[in-house]
Amino acid sequence: MKAKAGKLSKTTKNDLITYGMVILTYIVVQLLVSSGHVSSLVQGLLVPFCTYVIVAVALNLTVGILGELSLGHAGFMCVGAFSSAVFSLAFKNTMPGGLRFFLALLIGAAAAAAVGFLVGIPVLRLRGDYLAIVTLAFGEIIKNIINALYLGVDSKGLHFTMKDALSLNMEEDGLMLIKGAQGVTGTPNDSNFTIGVVLILVTLFIVLNFIHSRTGRAVMSIRDNRIAAESVGINVTKYKLIAFTVSASLAGVAGVLYAHNLSTLNALPKNFGYNMSILILVFVVLGGIGNIRGSIIAAVLLTLLPEVLRGLSDYRMLIYAVVLIVMMIFNWSPNAVSFRKRLKQRLGIGSRKKEA
Amino acid sequence: MKKKMLSLVLAGAMTAVLMTGCGSEGGSAESGSAADGAATETETTEAGETEAADAQDGESADDAQAAGGEGGTFKIGGIGPLTGSAAVYGIATMNGSQIAVDEINAAGGINGMTVELNFQDDECDAEKSVNAYNTLKDWGVQVIDGCVTSACSIAVADKTAQDSIFQLTPSGSAVECVTNPNSFRVCFSDPNQGAASAQYIGEHSLATKVAVIYDSSDVYSSGIYEKFAGEAANQSFEIVATGAFTADNKTDFSVQLQQAKDAGADLVFLPIYYNEAALILTQASSMGFDVKFFGCDGLDGILGVENFDASLAEGVMLLTPFAADATDELTVNFVTTYNEKFGETPNQFAADGYDAIYTIKAAAEKANITADMSNEDICNAMQTAMTEITVDGLTGAGITWDASGEPTKDPKAVVIKDGVYTAM
Repeated sequence: MKAKAGKLSKTTKNDLITYGMVILTYIVVQLLVSSGHVSSLVQGLLVPFCTYVIVAVALNLTVGILGELSLGHAGFMCVGAFSSAVFSLAFKNTMPGGLRFFLALLIGAAAAAAVGFLVGIPVLRLRGDYLAIVTLAFGEIIKNIINALYLGVDSKGLHFTMKDALSLNMEEDGLMLIKGAQGVTGTPNDSNFTIGVVLILVTLFIVLNFIHSRTGRAVMSIRDNRIAAESVGINVTKYKLIAFTVSASLAGVAGVLYAHNLSTLNALPKNFGYNMSILILVFVVLGGIGNIRGSIIAAVLLTLLPEVLRGLSDYRMLIYAVVLIVMMIFNWSPNAVSFRKRLKQRLGIGSRKKEA
Repeated sequence: MKKKMLSLVLAGAMTAVLMTGCGSEGGSAESGSAADGAATETETTEAGETEAADAQDGESADDAQAAGGEGGTFKIGGIGPLTGSAAVYGIATMNGSQIAVDEINAAGGINGMTVELNFQDDECDAEKSVNAYNTLKDWGVQVIDGCVTSACSIAVADKTAQDSIFQLTPSGSAVECVTNPNSFRVCFSDPNQGAASAQYIGEHSLATKVAVIYDSSDVYSSGIYEKFAGEAANQSFEIVATGAFTADNKTDFSVQLQQAKDAGADLVFLPIYYNEAALILTQASSMGFDVKFFGCDGLDGILGVENFDASLAEGVMLLTPFAADATDELTVNFVTTYNEKFGETPNQFAADGYDAIYTIKAAAEKANITADMSNEDICNAMQTAMTEITVDGLTGAGITWDASGEPTKDPKAVVIKDGVYTAM
């Protein structure tokens, strides 16, 4: 029995550790919060942690499992954020909070998935780095479109223009949903840490099960050797598209969480530009490409770092960059890797002796 | 096995960081009330903020603050972009506020309380702004002087309303910044400026055909434009051409200028910031388009643009609450101090920051705020006091507020004549 469990679990055990880590962190943080040991700064960061963890895991699906580079995950976040924020704002007073947020999640995920699908259709047929190029452009395009978009609703229905707020011809009591560069203002604050953690667990459940499913194996076989995969009859475009759409839709979920954490939502280069896409990629690369648990830890650490460094005031962005470089070297440089190996061997021998 | 080890180490590091984060925050919250704790905190904030100021100055200010603590300390938290592309505004506001704080402390503080200013960076990002606000909360902030930019202001206003902390934004000009009863602002709102500009042009019959060039990707610019266009319908002039540009596309304005020229405009309204305006003026002159230009407070600073031929700005009119070349005593003193400390001429943001601190002072004195009051009491008292005070500041004389949070002050129009701002 015991032996069987051990055999079964090489992957299952690994997954359970990941789930366990998230749940344990959640319990510990909740205990600390309720006993008043957590500063407001960290409390305020809890939802952003969840947002970035989800989007990092989502991107890891594209980069690590599918083996394609996406530089537009902030764009998918943006789509999820704006579609859900518009929905929530429109139904702010007519729907109970829980139901509204649940529907907002579905809408955000669906919108991001649809856009991801559309972007994927032409690009995923190609070989090479085209996905990176196209998603990079996509992220910038989405940001600019939203910055020029005016959307309002009044008793006559929806009004929409790309010109300016005046040409909407709204009635006096009409509600502005998206106000061009000013974005969406007044989104209800529906996100909280518990919802965030539940969403992380759902994301993990989807991604981890996807990886170990038949589809996931097909996707990984494409990553490892496209010709071999094609030769055994795998429809390359289909499986690539499935993985990419799932990844985009999860990024959309992260966007929903982001949009409902703040009362204002703008598509700035800062939060939805390509810098953000790169930052998400950094989470994935630092955490280990294909390593879901690593992405979670890296996302949390790198979101926390600039805030913890606030004490250094003017130097904090500098230190942040330095820490980033040091972490990258520690994780990936051949010398550092061999040093870690030696260190681990020594420690490993030590622990084995103890066990004996 | 190796991966497991690595992830364990990382997980350990994560928890450690989380713990230290909590530990230090908790510590500072405790020491907030103790006098010696406050003194050390002052030192760290001072050292970080007034980096440009010489060290001697910083130290003497510290000593003064540490010594004059009998009335307790009054903690003002500032939030604005100190890094990134909008850093110019945040740093100016911080410097302006710091000058006001130093002056107030030298003159005995507010109700005997020493004022402490802790200015946090928000990178002009709403999410980071909330983080900055939470940092200030851990520090024990009593009044928020921020945020510098509109979107951040709106995000933080939501949180200050929940926590009942009084908020005064120096330069958050979007309408939504002050919708909560606890939030007020120093600057004009965007619509206010747009309408005032249209009225000014109409009443003074400056033009009959007006062209507008604005930045459609910028909240400030599009906000002004909308109200300007709305108010223009009631005035004696008509808008004959509208040219928009975006932040990604702001180096060549020949298309917009040609459009304005073809439409026969005799005045171009520029509700934009001075960097782009300088380019527009240069390009208009090189294409031989001789026309009047009219702008808002964003044009303030145009004379200081590097490699810009200031003679081109001759005759440009702008509606601004602050002109660094004004000759009244308050402005002259402020500009001199600012120049000494930070080595540059202050812009309107610095003036807004300076006025914000003095407004907080006036309201706090009116409401008899003491250092040991709870934030909620301070917030309620300040809220009432704000509607009762009158402030003579750099950005206007006799500024008053009503419960909506909007300031009432006269817009000043200035014209650039012989390379200086001259009142019209």
